[in-house]
Amino acid sequence: MYRYDEFDAAIVADRIAEFRDQVARRLSGELTEDQFKPLRLMNGVYLQLHAYMLRVAIPYGTLNSAQLRRLAHIARTYDKGYGHFTTRQNIQFNWPALKDIPAILEELAAVEMHAIQTSGNCIRNVTADHFAGAAADEHDDPRIWAEIIRQWSTFHPEFSFLPRKFKIAITGADADRAAVQVHDIGLHLRRIDGALRFSVYVGGGQGRTPFVAPLIKDDLAPEDLLAYLEACLRVYNRHGRRDNIYKARIKILVSALGAAEYARQVDAEWRAIGTSTLRLPDAEVARIRAYFASPPFAAKPAESAAYEAAKAQDKAFARWTRTNVHPHKQPGYSSVTISLKPIGGVPGDASDAQLDAVAELAQAYSFDEARVTHEQNLVLPHVALDDLHALWRGLAAHDLATPNAGLVSDIIACPGLDYCDLANARAIPVAQAIAETFADLDAQETIGELKIKISGCINACGHHHVGHIGILGVDKHGAEFYQILLGGRADERAALAKVVGKGMSADAIPGAIARVVKTYLSLRESESERFIDAYERLGPAPFEEALYGA
Amino acid sequence: MAREQVKRKAGAQAAAIGAGALVRDGRIVTDDPWRVLEDDAAIPAQGDIVMRPQRLEEARARNAGRLGVLIAPPDAVEDVAAHLPRLSLVMAAFPSFRDGRAYTTARLLRERYGYQGEVRAVGDVLEDQLFSMLRCGFDSFDLRSKDPEAAFARAAKRFAHVYQPAADARLPAWRRRLLRFAAAPEDAS
Repeated sequence: MYRYDEFDAAIVADRIAEFRDQVARRLSGELTEDQFKPLRLMNGVYLQLHAYMLRVAIPYGTLNSAQLRRLAHIARTYDKGYGHFTTRQNIQFNWPALKDIPAILEELAAVEMHAIQTSGNCIRNVTADHFAGAAADEHDDPRIWAEIIRQWSTFHPEFSFLPRKFKIAITGADADRAAVQVHDIGLHLRRIDGALRFSVYVGGGQGRTPFVAPLIKDDLAPEDLLAYLEACLRVYNRHGRRDNIYKARIKILVSALGAAEYARQVDAEWRAIGTSTLRLPDAEVARIRAYFASPPFAAKPAESAAYEAAKAQDKAFARWTRTNVHPHKQPGYSSVTISLKPIGGVPGDASDAQLDAVAELAQAYSFDEARVTHEQNLVLPHVALDDLHALWRGLAAHDLATPNAGLVSDIIACPGLDYCDLANARAIPVAQAIAETFADLDAQETIGELKIKISGCINACGHHHVGHIGILGVDKHGAEFYQILLGGRADERAALAKVVGKGMSADAIPGAIARVVKTYLSLRESESERFIDAYERLGPAPFEEALYGA
Repeated sequence: MAREQVKRKAGAQAAAIGAGALVRDGRIVTDDPWRVLEDDAAIPAQGDIVMRPQRLEEARARNAGRLGVLIAPPDAVEDVAAHLPRLSLVMAAFPSFRDGRAYTTARLLRERYGYQGEVRAVGDVLEDQLFSMLRCGFDSFDLRSKDPEAAFARAAKRFAHVYQPAADARLPAWRRRLLRFAAAPEDAS
């Protein structure tokens, strides 16, 4: 993975000194809360319902064991013993004291981490495919380009006060596991006649006005990436709306102009910028690329006798491998999803002991590397098939071996009204209640892939617009109500879910979801027809009938 | 929508200029000759005057002194491009420090139009934005601060290194990395 050199280290150290000074000026009263707010936000510090919250950047979701151990230490020392992984591949600490935050930032900097641009109306932490560098269907490692974008966007002097926040996601594989089409900018790397090219999607997003992003350029050469992004951002900075916070995201500008007109303006700006100053030297691209070279895999046969024997003898292990083990580009290796969705748990939460355990297992079995997924799980990207059984036992000892990756209880949920200042309704208890309804592992496996995503308000941090089943919490006359949406997806065939019927109370949700699932099971053509496939074949009518009666 | 609203506010914007202390080259300037004209004020025959883009033609005909322009959103740098060779000062306004449009205005003035005159940040200009303003090509600041010179000194040296090229002379980290290797090839192994 990427390692800081003296320039990266100096920039982070200078930022900590600046933030220490800003905190001191806030505590002394020299800065008003209004003036301090965007400064702390730009460094990931939110004022939440009960306390300050610190959001730490995990660039493109990649972590090593030293970083995991440091996160565990921070959870133990400055928080209540846990952290929360987010849909932006970041981690949030919910209970730090403002006065401690500069010290926490020093702790992070010692392991090459920071909280820079994890909030605020700036270019946020860039997200990427969590199987980057491991997936068999990959054209190029998206982390190389994500790191290049991370550096270009860090303290960008022109784009630190955009109309609204700005999120970039990137994937380099055929399958889109990074939900790029529902980001402000989505980049999809492909090879065209052997040459790497980016497809550029601009103006997607969720929130109150969801859009799947239109494709505005399908053949961007990698050497033009930064100049083209600068043009995209400049057109937005100049023309994005600033009069209404709900209409300030780039999706509204792209929608108002039309994708063709936005693309034309970007193209004109791109040509005017030219390429000389923003074209990275080949040596710099090669320097960054070298950090993401494959680890020293052992030459292994594609099949492992030990692995097959363990599966035959240990049914619980075999079940876990069916859902949580994924194919790898290297023969004899696999990628493993560590579920942070134990039945009845808080989606995305990890305790300090669990973070330490993942660190140890990453070191022992995955070349010292772990990933955070936008679905709020962790991944060990490079595990030999021979080691899977030992790894599974290590995970199970820390309640990290729930065999539900991709299944109905692998639910995305935002923090909701339990933590968040913006929320209208709770999301976590709803996720817990649904997971408990489907606690039976055999039943979950029979149902197959089903992505439920829950948001506690219209801002859609829980991605309900792209859930196969989405659930949106709303406030109705002071009571929590939930709307059900069906048919969304966040992959390379991204689509927005549609609201069905009236809202219902939290108590009614698990039963409603169970009726939708029962309907699917009765109507599917075969076990290989997933819920989303059946929904697309049948349309909403049978599911609406199941929810609300004829 | 907002465009009309903001247009109406531009006059009030002019009134807010001078609320801070003028800082240039790190020092407070007390003898600034520039006068900002309200939209309805008559154009004087003499003196160094600043006005909105729409009045530049008229001012060039009537005033014998130096001319400057105030670009306040949504007025754009393109509106004044033809006049730039005659302008000694461009003020770019921050209606609020959260409104980042003037950063683009300054970069375009310097990088696209090659403007060499003074580019002044006016409006809601605060210490914590100075570093970005310097990088985008501003060289004078109507700075709101208890101690403007100290604030400027702190802000100007806030970051030893930067990651991207902008309107200033700073080399991005990727250039410095190459220079380092060129200077000490034995370190590159």
